[in-house]
Amino acid sequence: MSHPIPHFFQHNHNKTAFGRLLRNHLLTVLCVFLSCITIVPLFSLLYLLFKKGGSFLSLSIFTELPASPGLEGGGFGNAILGTLMMVGIATFFSGPIGILGAIFIAEYAPLSRLARTVRFVAKLLTGIPSIICGAFAFAMIVLTTGHFSALAGGVALAVLMLPTILITSELALLGVSSSYRDASYGLGATPFQTIWCIVLPEALPAMMRGMMLAVARAAGETAPILFTALFSQGWPRSILEPMASLSVLIYNFSALPYPYQVQMAWTASLVLVGMVTGINLIAQWAFCKKI
Amino acid sequence: MTSPLASLPFSEPFADDVVCDQRFIEVSNFNFFYGKKQVLFDINLTIPARQVTAFIGPSGCGKSTLLRNLNRMNELLPGVSHSGTIAIHGISIFDPSIEVIALRRRIGMVFQKSNPFPKSIFENVVFPLRIMGKQSRSFLEETVERSLRAVALWDEVKDRLKESALGLSGGQMQRLCIARAIANQPEVLLMDEPCSALDPIATAKIEELIVELKKEFTIIIVTHSMQQASRISDLTAFFYLGKLIEFDQTQRIFTAPIQKKTEDYITGRFG
Amino acid sequence: MSFLSRQSNYWKRIDYFHLFCWGASIATVLLFALIICEIISKAAPAIQEFGWHFLTGSEWRPNRDIYGVFPMIIGTAASSFIALFLALPLGVSVSLFLSENFLPATPRHFFRMMIEMLAATPSVVYGLWGIFTVVPLVHHYGNMIARHSHSLPFLKGPAYGNSLLTASLVLSLMILPTIASLSRSALEAVPQSLREGAYALGATRWETILHVRIPYAAPGIIAAAILALGRAMGETMAVAMLIGNSQCFTLSLFSPSNTLSALLANQFAEADGLQISALMYVALILVILTLGTNFLGEIIRRHMQKITAEGH
Repeated sequence: MSHPIPHFFQHNHNKTAFGRLLRNHLLTVLCVFLSCITIVPLFSLLYLLFKKGGSFLSLSIFTELPASPGLEGGGFGNAILGTLMMVGIATFFSGPIGILGAIFIAEYAPLSRLARTVRFVAKLLTGIPSIICGAFAFAMIVLTTGHFSALAGGVALAVLMLPTILITSELALLGVSSSYRDASYGLGATPFQTIWCIVLPEALPAMMRGMMLAVARAAGETAPILFTALFSQGWPRSILEPMASLSVLIYNFSALPYPYQVQMAWTASLVLVGMVTGINLIAQWAFCKKI
Repeated sequence: MTSPLASLPFSEPFADDVVCDQRFIEVSNFNFFYGKKQVLFDINLTIPARQVTAFIGPSGCGKSTLLRNLNRMNELLPGVSHSGTIAIHGISIFDPSIEVIALRRRIGMVFQKSNPFPKSIFENVVFPLRIMGKQSRSFLEETVERSLRAVALWDEVKDRLKESALGLSGGQMQRLCIARAIANQPEVLLMDEPCSALDPIATAKIEELIVELKKEFTIIIVTHSMQQASRISDLTAFFYLGKLIEFDQTQRIFTAPIQKKTEDYITGRFG
Repeated sequence: MSFLSRQSNYWKRIDYFHLFCWGASIATVLLFALIICEIISKAAPAIQEFGWHFLTGSEWRPNRDIYGVFPMIIGTAASSFIALFLALPLGVSVSLFLSENFLPATPRHFFRMMIEMLAATPSVVYGLWGIFTVVPLVHHYGNMIARHSHSLPFLKGPAYGNSLLTASLVLSLMILPTIASLSRSALEAVPQSLREGAYALGATRWETILHVRIPYAAPGIIAAAILALGRAMGETMAVAMLIGNSQCFTLSLFSPSNTLSALLANQFAEADGLQISALMYVALILVILTLGTNFLGEIIRRHMQKITAEGH
């Protein structure tokens, strides 16, 4: 029992103390019960993922193209490659901008009006639904070039990733002890030298961690690429053409009436969840602080 | 014990400036503000070269603020302003033609809490050289040995120069920070309560070191400990509420202070 | 300048890095402006054509160029509020569970990993899972409930699997980790001294939680709830896969419905002409709704924080 009441007190206040303790325990039971309820769907999800998706898992999944709807066989190698390529494009755009922007608002001019605006905008951007990123890329790239493309999908994902990278990088930089900056400036280093030689190496693991989290999130997103990169039955050839992705494949196949394709959707889900979890785990373990 | 510095061709600074020796750093009519709040009031002070000058006074009296103004570290804080001048070698450090970065190289600083970078011992000492772009291996090694010998740390760490500086003890870290500062070949060393986080044995070592270092450097030290000031300094300045109350030979300050406030402080009646 | 002259002039270089960083900051701000401008400019034809009637019209017929989003606005609001209603008690109890020591550290750590995994699972996987588990459940039990509900408008049958309730149930699962982790950090920000104070006065664990921790953390918990509401409004894929995408307006929990984001997901790829513009108008409404919700949350949080600060 967590709060034992001494006997001589229990004697005086028997009823109230008993009632209070009873209520205490009932609430504890309720809280544990409610918490455990939330885990049930997750177990169901994992169970189905492994049961339905695991049975189809084979090497050909990763190397073959999807079969036409209704037919059996094939894999989704193009979708895996497409997801990786689009996330790569997104990181190529959002990584440098996010990190450089974070350096500006954390190191160069933390109190400037621009820095405050950037922080505010980053907060607004995190609040924007992911599908709006897709609508933006659609308006800016698909409508301008006249066709769907992996580039548009990558840009949409970049917009999605940018605020996460910016905010986590700023936090990483703020986590660097200011005594290092003092020491560096005290030795006559320029701001650039202080940031480049002292602050960035210290903040790098945390920054990478933030970046990996953004990558993991982007890899699982469907809404921004659904109508920007669309889907393609073939292997990726050019970033200016439509490109397949795992998440869109799951969405498309889940609505088909053919059991084989639905099975494929489950297998793709398993691969996607595995990828996302893998990236998250890498972020947690590989970038632990080392001296 | 012979000085490790004596035998070494350390900096050959300001031979042309010997005339300035007694009036090396001149602070005149200096006022300093954090935003609207004034923290230093009309400071006038002349610090001679190659002596130890101690700044003493109760917390918040402005002694650290003045110290951090001598190499313009305070400019890194937002919303600060000043009036009056600080001159070194007769040249105002606030002169627009002075590069603040060059200034900080000539006026090294050691902080209250030792702050070695999370790099190896070697890399810590050569950091000021690396940022200058001097990369010759032999020069770096020579500087590391010279600087570490100067702070009596060489024998303790010479076999593990490649190990992280964060593995050293508190006193060793602080001596490493001093070594790092003198690797820059400065003329002045500013020390902001360098022993406040150290145990008595480490403190004694640093104090010994300061006395040794004053042969080469002009040292200005902020300290809370009056015993420390009386042990190591040649001159003592007493600050109170942002004003310089008294500045004289240490011996005189501690035996026959002129001002009542100084006497009250050094006899422990307040502070 | 004798004592400076010996230096090399390494610092005289212009700090290009500073310029890059400044440029990246400007780019971030411009990007946001560009997003808003693009959406407004592409929505302009539809705004001119329909004006406010777009919000009140309840027909969406691309083949006749009639567009109204009233049912989707109601659907968005209903699904996200139901989801919040379900997820808030669960999320807060999870956050309490994780920050108190009801169980030893190892199961709690495991539990925390599970919740993190719940947060990291992609939306489209939730959708797929919903199709196979929640849809049959709602279909089965919904019909049972509808039969006994004596034609209450909210519980009217026949129950479809793909319905407002299905989408809300899965949505609640998706926003739960947000609520749990944000309210956990709010609860853990309660000073230890306050908790110890309550224990020292003889309070039980739950009296401490209910009278000290939760009131103190209330601004954070409410902010978490509102942030989660914003998430639920913008959540697209799982909803699009589960809500049934009916363009008709109904009150019943068991009927198919639609949301703004699901509408976008379903129609953008095949849209042309005025339909694109109408969809951009929908996107604009969605942006305003979600940003407005987040903004409201921020205001409430600041306001309540002030009250709590004054109260202590």
